[in-house]
Amino acid sequence: MAAINYPLEITYIIASVLFILGLKGLSHPESARRGMHYAEIGMFLAVVGTLLSGEIVSWEWIVSGIVIGSAIGTAMAIFMPMTAMPQRIAISHAFGALAAVLVGVNEYLVHTERAYSIMPALGFEVLFGALTVTGSLMAFGKLQDLIPGVPLTYKGQNVVNILLFFITVGMFVYLIFYPADTAVFFTMIALSFVIGVFLVLPIGGADMPVVLSLMNSYAGLAAAATGFAINNKVLIIAGSLDGSSGFILSIIMSKAMNRSFANILFGAVGSPKVDMAKLAEQRPINRFTIEDTKFALEQAERVVIVPGYGMAVAQAQYAVRELSEVLEKRGIKVEFAIHPVAGRMPGHMNVLLAEANISYDQLLEMDVVNPTMDTVDVCMVIGANDVVNPAARTEKSSPIYGMPIINADKARMVIVLKRSMATGFAGIENPLFYESNTKMLFGDAKNVLQELIAEFKKG
Amino acid sequence: MSNLIELLYVLVLAGFVGFEVIKKVTPTLHTPLMSATNAISGISLVGSLVAAGSSHQVSQILGFVAVTAATINVVGGFLITERMLKMFKRKERKS
Repeated sequence: MAAINYPLEITYIIASVLFILGLKGLSHPESARRGMHYAEIGMFLAVVGTLLSGEIVSWEWIVSGIVIGSAIGTAMAIFMPMTAMPQRIAISHAFGALAAVLVGVNEYLVHTERAYSIMPALGFEVLFGALTVTGSLMAFGKLQDLIPGVPLTYKGQNVVNILLFFITVGMFVYLIFYPADTAVFFTMIALSFVIGVFLVLPIGGADMPVVLSLMNSYAGLAAAATGFAINNKVLIIAGSLDGSSGFILSIIMSKAMNRSFANILFGAVGSPKVDMAKLAEQRPINRFTIEDTKFALEQAERVVIVPGYGMAVAQAQYAVRELSEVLEKRGIKVEFAIHPVAGRMPGHMNVLLAEANISYDQLLEMDVVNPTMDTVDVCMVIGANDVVNPAARTEKSSPIYGMPIINADKARMVIVLKRSMATGFAGIENPLFYESNTKMLFGDAKNVLQELIAEFKKG
Repeated sequence: MSNLIELLYVLVLAGFVGFEVIKKVTPTLHTPLMSATNAISGISLVGSLVAAGSSHQVSQILGFVAVTAATINVVGGFLITERMLKMFKRKERKS
């Protein structure tokens, strides 16, 4: 064991404190940016401290890595549109985990003796790291439409996955006792890569918020395990922060869907198909035109807009902002009700609406809006479906029964802006569309909103 | 062994602090939270730096790739978090 490098350790302590302060800042939009500056300073100190620690003897690889990495990172940050944010988050988990795996492999190959003595940590590091790399790449592929967003399933899938999982864990346990078996070590890594692929392939697009949160958590755990493997406490601290953040987000997301982790990870069994034609036949819907909508909105005092993934797909957030401004000019109060799992990642709707320059104090959480829903004159549902499905409250047989929803149906009038009568991601019929106070306004969200705004401007 | 216990203390306490701090993050900022923690976990960079900067050739290659990947996260993660946070504004309006 090398002697303790006091200046370096103290730098790491300061960095750790700054990281915690940085995350603390995120409790409010006003303190968030200052918080990030703390975290950035922390990172800078940790890196400079490491570079000056005396352990570095060659510089060419470091400099090339930092230059290339900074160039790619900066380009991604500047040119990536906000709508691509879920993909970016997904792929960044892959990068972080890749670094952890490589550091682990390096420990194993080069610092053999130390690595063998800390095999439990090293094993965790490469296991979590490897499955996060491929899992995140799969999530990226799905979000980027490189692979189908629908759950890819086959018969016996869960059996295969569980088998793979046990084989890999078995290898891990074996390595703890016989760490020198290089072949097993690398086979274990290879299998973890495979597990990552198999884990995410069967998960559908609407469950992506949970996958991203889980990967966030795993990437953090891999970093924390790296800290154990190379005896570095700042890595453990930063990794645990990341890990607990992903963990909390996963809990919030699965609660908001009323599903367990296990159900999300292993539950892709295909959605039950409801006989749409029959239902539509039995119950008429009320259609609204642009003029009807304008008239209804004009009469309102309080309007609540419920955005969903459809708004993101149609890139309608700017049109939504414009409409809200038009309404506010007429003295109508406009608010946004945001379901925790609306969109493809935690906070997706908030980012899009903030990008469109909508004030953050207009963005309300589900629990804040619901108790006052009966005082809402018009609730406009834009590209959301399952998160406003009242079957979740009433229909015991529904797959989404028990999921907390935004009670749009309690508003005096509901206007649903929708492409067609197709079901939402979950493939579940939505009784909201057939309520007597619900009006359907069909079309592409962006086009319809622009026509509506034009109608208002006509006077 | 005593060192391992020490590290476990760090892990458990940091996890606890993380849990308490992140519980208070406003749902509005959940996406910036993800990208921020992602940037922070790019701290694997310090491990990668030591590998890339050693005299061993295998370490240098593995370290180089790791430094590149971690730097993408650190630089890209912080920049994009800032870009997002800049968008969260509060409009002054007369009510």
